[in-house]
Amino acid sequence: MIRAVIVMNDQGKPRLIKFYQYQTVEKQHELIRSIYGVLCSRAENVSNFIKVDSIFGPDARLVYKTYATLYFVFVFDSSENELAMLDLMQVFVETLDKCFSNVCELDIVFNFNKVHAILDEIILGGQVLETSSSEVVKAVAELSKLERTSSSVMLIPSIPGWHGR
Amino acid sequence: MSGTPSLMESLFQRTLDDLIKGLRLHTPTTTPSLSAFISKSLTEIRRELTSTTASTKSTALLKLLYLHSLHSISASFATFHVIELSSSPASKPLAYLAASLLFDSTTDVLLLLTNQLRKDLNSTITREVSLALNALSVIANQDLARDLTGDLFVLLNSSKVFLRKKAILCLIRVFDKYPDSVRVCFKRLVENLESRDEGVVSAVVGVFCEMAKVDPRAYLPLAPEFFRVLVESRNNWILIKVLKIFARLVPLEGRLGKKVVEPICEHLRRTGAKSLVFECVRTIFGCLSEYDVAVNVAMEKVREFLMDDDPNLRYLGLQALSTVAPKHLWAIQENKEFVIRALSDADVNIRFEALTLLMAMVCEDNVVEICRVLVTYALKSDPEFCNEILGSILSVCSKNYYEVVVDFDWYISLLGDMSRIVHCQKGEEIEDQLIDIGMRVRDVRSTLVRVSRQLLIDPALLGNPFVHRILCAAAWVSGEYVEFSKNPIELIEALLQPRTSLLPPLIRAVYIQSAFKVLAFCLHCFLFRKDVTFSFLLGSLSEEITTGSSDRLRNAPSGDSDGDGSYYPRSTLEETEYDIAGNGEAAGSSHVHTPLASSKSTKSTGDSIRHILNIVETTLGPLSGSNDVEILERVRNILGLVMMIKQEFLGTSSQEGDDNQGNNNNASKIINLMHEAFSEELGPVSISAQEKVPIPDGVVLKQDLEDLDLIYGDIKLPLSSSFSLVKRHSLENDSILTLENYRKDESETEGKPTALSEHRKRHGLYYLPLERKETSDDYPPANDPTVQDNINADTENLAKLTEQSLVFKKKANTKPRPVVVKLDDGDSRSILPKKQEPKDDLVSDAVRDVLRGNEAEPSSSSTAKEPDRASSKRGKEKALVDGSGDPLRIESSRSRDKSSRSKHHRQNKEKKDGSPETGKAKSSSRHGTRRSKNRAEGSANIAVQSPVIPDFLL
Repeated sequence: MIRAVIVMNDQGKPRLIKFYQYQTVEKQHELIRSIYGVLCSRAENVSNFIKVDSIFGPDARLVYKTYATLYFVFVFDSSENELAMLDLMQVFVETLDKCFSNVCELDIVFNFNKVHAILDEIILGGQVLETSSSEVVKAVAELSKLERTSSSVMLIPSIPGWHGR
Repeated sequence: MSGTPSLMESLFQRTLDDLIKGLRLHTPTTTPSLSAFISKSLTEIRRELTSTTASTKSTALLKLLYLHSLHSISASFATFHVIELSSSPASKPLAYLAASLLFDSTTDVLLLLTNQLRKDLNSTITREVSLALNALSVIANQDLARDLTGDLFVLLNSSKVFLRKKAILCLIRVFDKYPDSVRVCFKRLVENLESRDEGVVSAVVGVFCEMAKVDPRAYLPLAPEFFRVLVESRNNWILIKVLKIFARLVPLEGRLGKKVVEPICEHLRRTGAKSLVFECVRTIFGCLSEYDVAVNVAMEKVREFLMDDDPNLRYLGLQALSTVAPKHLWAIQENKEFVIRALSDADVNIRFEALTLLMAMVCEDNVVEICRVLVTYALKSDPEFCNEILGSILSVCSKNYYEVVVDFDWYISLLGDMSRIVHCQKGEEIEDQLIDIGMRVRDVRSTLVRVSRQLLIDPALLGNPFVHRILCAAAWVSGEYVEFSKNPIELIEALLQPRTSLLPPLIRAVYIQSAFKVLAFCLHCFLFRKDVTFSFLLGSLSEEITTGSSDRLRNAPSGDSDGDGSYYPRSTLEETEYDIAGNGEAAGSSHVHTPLASSKSTKSTGDSIRHILNIVETTLGPLSGSNDVEILERVRNILGLVMMIKQEFLGTSSQEGDDNQGNNNNASKIINLMHEAFSEELGPVSISAQEKVPIPDGVVLKQDLEDLDLIYGDIKLPLSSSFSLVKRHSLENDSILTLENYRKDESETEGKPTALSEHRKRHGLYYLPLERKETSDDYPPANDPTVQDNINADTENLAKLTEQSLVFKKKANTKPRPVVVKLDDGDSRSILPKKQEPKDDLVSDAVRDVLRGNEAEPSSSSTAKEPDRASSKRGKEKALVDGSGDPLRIESSRSRDKSSRSKHHRQNKEKKDGSPETGKAKSSSRHGTRRSKNRAEGSANIAVQSPVIPDFLL
């Protein structure tokens, strides 16, 4: 199964953290720090795999890929295929790209819950759910429709950026 | 704005965007700092969460979630608000997201979510169902799993494929938490395998792949289903998972292999998807490696991978090779060039993988060549990889008592070369091996001494802290096997050279102890074996003199920070004497040419002995005030010996030109005794030896030397000022004190001053010689319980005893390969293959039951429902006959099953939290059989089942 999906920027700041086996936040951040420690020491144009037995215990594998300023990281075990995970990562990024039209780091920063929703349509409980990005986009669109219709019932929608800091 | 009136709260609430912008503006260094900003926001959030407006609440929760997830802020205070929000349609997505991020299976409010989850699972709105499933797949605990199994069961037949997929994937967690749900849902799960929708099949196969990881045996009866998918499907995702399942099933059932190998090859030839290709290759290499055709096809693909530009494929190609290596070594040999080339790849992963592969190839015939190649690569590569290479050479060569090493001379030289590699940080391993080989392989000792000499005489090495451990071993080896040394004098000089002050005290102590042994050896030769044997000493001395070693000697004390060499008038006096005698070129050369001319040779051996004594005295004298007890003790010992010898032998010999071999005095006795003690061979000691030694009464092992540190901490005087004191001390008391010390030490009675023996225990490494002997006489020898004697026996007897106790370790050299001494009980901790843990768990047991039920009564399991069960607990159980039930299981059920449930229900409830101990507790429910069955029974059962398989397949 897939154990974790992590997106962080090249400074090591996490942008998305999803563990499929419960970890305390402290542990999560500790793990991310160790992953970042390994990631930033990697040269360019090398393979996308890292041995992470020391971080996640035996049987753990990790693939990562750099997209602009972001590292996308999948941690999984022997039940998954390494190359398939890279494909899945591509699906995830494509979907993000479609949902945010030319996704950039800021989109992911400011759309915390939407990114989670997208991920939830691709991976469920650590298993691959959907591998077609257009299907995912459809599902996410439906979800936000649900959110919109119900939020229109609310009296006062919050207006982003309206209040000063 | 912090003082927003509560009325205006909802109007002027900060949104998540505001929060994020704020977070981005504040850094730990700004004022107010980031943490101040966060705590301010948290206060706001806490207030907003208590608001009555759902939207305010959900915005607050969203902000909290953000802080929790990405800034590790604890959000445990908000768990109840999550439950509250889950009922509002608008905030449902957020609430479920929060649940999946915040809750774990112990969260107390989790049960409060049960009803909401059930409502949503049965909702007509797809999105609500979907959200509930998302959450359930992550947060389900035992209670939730039990209570919602029925609802999931319904969803497994949902007409909406989208939901069916999610429900199927949810089952993994539900099965895991509540194994009895298998009985309810398994049949429908299997039915979904035949679905026409690829997504559904993919999900089902994913579930089975996950479940088969725990106990594949239980899923053997489903092999025909998987086989059908394997043959029919063209979806890569599905195929990968099916291959993974077969990779687990084939090793259990040989006939399966024959069946699947052809379709797998077919996929391998057909597909263009690298992921599938790799999975096929992995499966073939992993469990179908006896099918040559398949392996050949796979090797072809691997070769393509290896040649590919994509480092990922190269890496995976190498990885695949290493899985096949144990069975088909030719596979690597064919690609040897590539593997070696990969050693210098830019990618660390690839380099490491190549290294592993290369080490897998090592055998007696190629070890020399491979190590040569590797060492050249080690020289070129970065420190980390260099050490990785060295480490794997060391571990592979030393494996199983140096199994692959035939030519130990070569290996010792290799170790020597490795020590000189700049980045080498494997000092500890090399140290261990040098000593280990010295003790185990008798024939190689002369080489060992030669290599050690090369290391010891190189002053440059002393400056590298990583080499210190190796030097320690070299020093020990030189001292222990000094009889192989061609030039003991040079050795003493090397051991006492000024730069040894760079060594850590404990290693320096080993140096001094080794010098002691060499000195004892020389003296013994001088006194008792002045015939041919000693001539080498003579010759070497002459060489030494001509190569200007006396210069070195004279420089030695002044280079040593501890002393100036002139505080000890007698030594300088004698040194001059010696120089006069020794620097005569003619005399020196005549010695070389006529070593057997007895009169001259005896005279010059007297000179050489005096030379040695002088070196020792001048270099070690200043150390007799050392703050380190280890050094201090050894220095005292050796100085005491020097004093004694000078008084009793050389004092007269230098005047009379004759020597006192007839003297039956104390000193010669001691020398003799000492020689016997030192020439005692040390054998390897079993790693379990220590455990066999009973702790003598009155020895407090935990007690350490902290007291000593305190004492020394008070008197850390500059060394120069302590000189006079030391000098007086050594002059007055040395002859008596150190003699006593010395006798204690050398006769191996080792009077056990508690502090020192404590230290010895703690730093056994540095005490190799003494420690070993200590164990052999103070305690019953580890491997020879018969030899046991009191420690008060006189020293001669003890020496003999030691001899006996160690004698069994010596073996005659019969083979061309030098004998490597091994202990009967193995020196390395024997790793007993753990008894195969009963791996199958409750889930697999349930699966077995269901599958057996399917065979026997295919329909009953899907229809029989418990009428009296509440809808939430509705489960389909086969008409179970398990009336008896084992006590263990009942008890475990009782302990956790707090609510009053029907007895029947309780029997069918298997508790499992996914925790290992419950997983091990074997309790399974099988028709009419005892519950507490063990592995043997389980496998017997399978044996009954397995013959069915081929019928399915055919």
